[in-house]
Amino acid sequence: MAEITRDDVAHLAQLARIEMSPEELDKMAGELAHIVDAVKSVSEAAGPDVPATSHPIALSNVFREDTVGHVLTPEEALSGAPDAEDDRFKVPAILDEE
Amino acid sequence: MSDATLSFDEAMEQFDPVLGFEVHVELNTKTKMFSSAPNAFGDDPNTNVNEVDLGMPGVLPVVNKAAVESSIKIGLALNCEIAESCRFARKNYFYPDTPKNFQTSQYDEPIAHNGWIDIELEDGEVFRVEIERAHMEEDAGKLTHLGGATGRIQGADYSLVDYNRAGVPLVEIVTKPIVGAGRRAPELARAYVAAIREIVKNLGVSDARMERGNVRCDANVSLMPKGATKFGIRSETKNVNSLRSVEHAVRFEIQRHAAVLAAGEKVTQETRHWHEDTRTTTSGRPKSDADDYRYFPEPDLVPIHASREWVESLRAQLPEPPAERRKRLKAAWGYSDPEFRDVVNAGVMDSIEETISAGASAAAARKWWMGEIVGRAKVADVDPAELGVSAAAIVELNGLVEGGKLNNKMAGQVLDGVIAGEGTPTQVMEARGLVLVSDDGPLLEAIDAALAAQPDVAEKIRGGKTQAVGAIVGGVMKATRGQADAGRVKELILERLGVEA
Repeated sequence: MAEITRDDVAHLAQLARIEMSPEELDKMAGELAHIVDAVKSVSEAAGPDVPATSHPIALSNVFREDTVGHVLTPEEALSGAPDAEDDRFKVPAILDEE
Repeated sequence: MSDATLSFDEAMEQFDPVLGFEVHVELNTKTKMFSSAPNAFGDDPNTNVNEVDLGMPGVLPVVNKAAVESSIKIGLALNCEIAESCRFARKNYFYPDTPKNFQTSQYDEPIAHNGWIDIELEDGEVFRVEIERAHMEEDAGKLTHLGGATGRIQGADYSLVDYNRAGVPLVEIVTKPIVGAGRRAPELARAYVAAIREIVKNLGVSDARMERGNVRCDANVSLMPKGATKFGIRSETKNVNSLRSVEHAVRFEIQRHAAVLAAGEKVTQETRHWHEDTRTTTSGRPKSDADDYRYFPEPDLVPIHASREWVESLRAQLPEPPAERRKRLKAAWGYSDPEFRDVVNAGVMDSIEETISAGASAAAARKWWMGEIVGRAKVADVDPAELGVSAAAIVELNGLVEGGKLNNKMAGQVLDGVIAGEGTPTQVMEARGLVLVSDDGPLLEAIDAALAAQPDVAEKIRGGKTQAVGAIVGGVMKATRGQADAGRVKELILERLGVEA
């Protein structure tokens, strides 16, 4: 059984910007361990002879030529923004990353 | 709170610095890394974006082939191995500069790895810097913090975001730890970033203008006690974006770490912010673990296979490396070490090369650029090349001096005219009425007047004090408004007074 602590869940919740109550943290700590175990069963099916897959289709080198194509106007770009000012997206000041 | 520091000398007595750099290079492709929106600097906000750059649901990014080729060229120029196969990954974080909530980057499979470059310091000492990897990724949007008093994030009420830069192709170049630089660490830091900038500019893959953020440096510094081999805890000073700042930031961090360690405390592993005004750093956020970014392979993009034929065809396009070019030019021009170093440091090597190919001798090209143009550029506070003096103009001007049409002083005035946009040297010379008087007739008149005005000096010269002739020459030059050939004037004065030179 994978070990997922309440602190692990709180940390993940913080990284994912999900607000969780103490009750939810407790509940999720138990459930996540089961989920991780379920995912882990894949590694039982795939032996060392099976290479890891990051893409289901065996394609490579899908490229675009370096020529300018479709561009939005600022009005179009901002049409879905909750708030805007001076043709720019207006967002709350976020302090913890910079 | 300001951090305590030891003096640099004290720090160096006790500790060995270990450096590491992450340099981000913006590529100068026409379009973005994963979208066909323009990659351009300085345009109005949110005019160079499309749905891909804005992270709209349902969009499909497609890799810019030119950006991949530029990345491979950078890898090759840094003597890296180019991966046969590599892929993109998502680096997950929430910040408004990245509307997708992840940055598309490379993680476990960079396109280039295991390289090196030799860095030559000003006095010729060479350090080899090993390159861990160079990987492809995309730039983020630009935030402007508003509402607070300072324009800084602290105290800001809100931020405005321009996504023109979001998705601009980046190559991040990561060094291995650099050990053994000792007290030359700050200099090496500057020289390393300068070398990277020069290489990407020479490759033509980036505009490489640091003031525009085309080349940006994060500097890692740690200290270990002298003679130790186990690295200390490092700090990472973010976004040190001029060569001067890189040198100062490394020096400051060495002094700060030394004070922490000398006090018996532990350095905190964290990012630091560089402040150009005070030349200090302040604490940023604790360094995130790679785990916190929850990297995973980018499902919307397929792997890149760089066939050996492709890589070799790109290698064949590489220009001569800047360091080799310098060696070649120095030998060809016959400049001494200090002469050549001054030329390089003044940033006029390319200009001198052009001037020589336009027909000037190596000595004449150096005389005009170093003796005349560099000083004027300093006064105007621009790069020498930006004064707009063409190689052809210098060759013409030099010819006028060597042909006896202008003396050096007048040539300087003609140069000023050329810089002011008054035309070619000959046009300026004619327009300003600058004609070298070497006709003996008018000169003799002026000489006689000058001798009559200073009879005591004339007497001294007659008495054999030929060095006094300067005063008479000066009088003649004044009378001819500087348009006389000073050498000829001196000869004539001595002749006139019957004195052997």
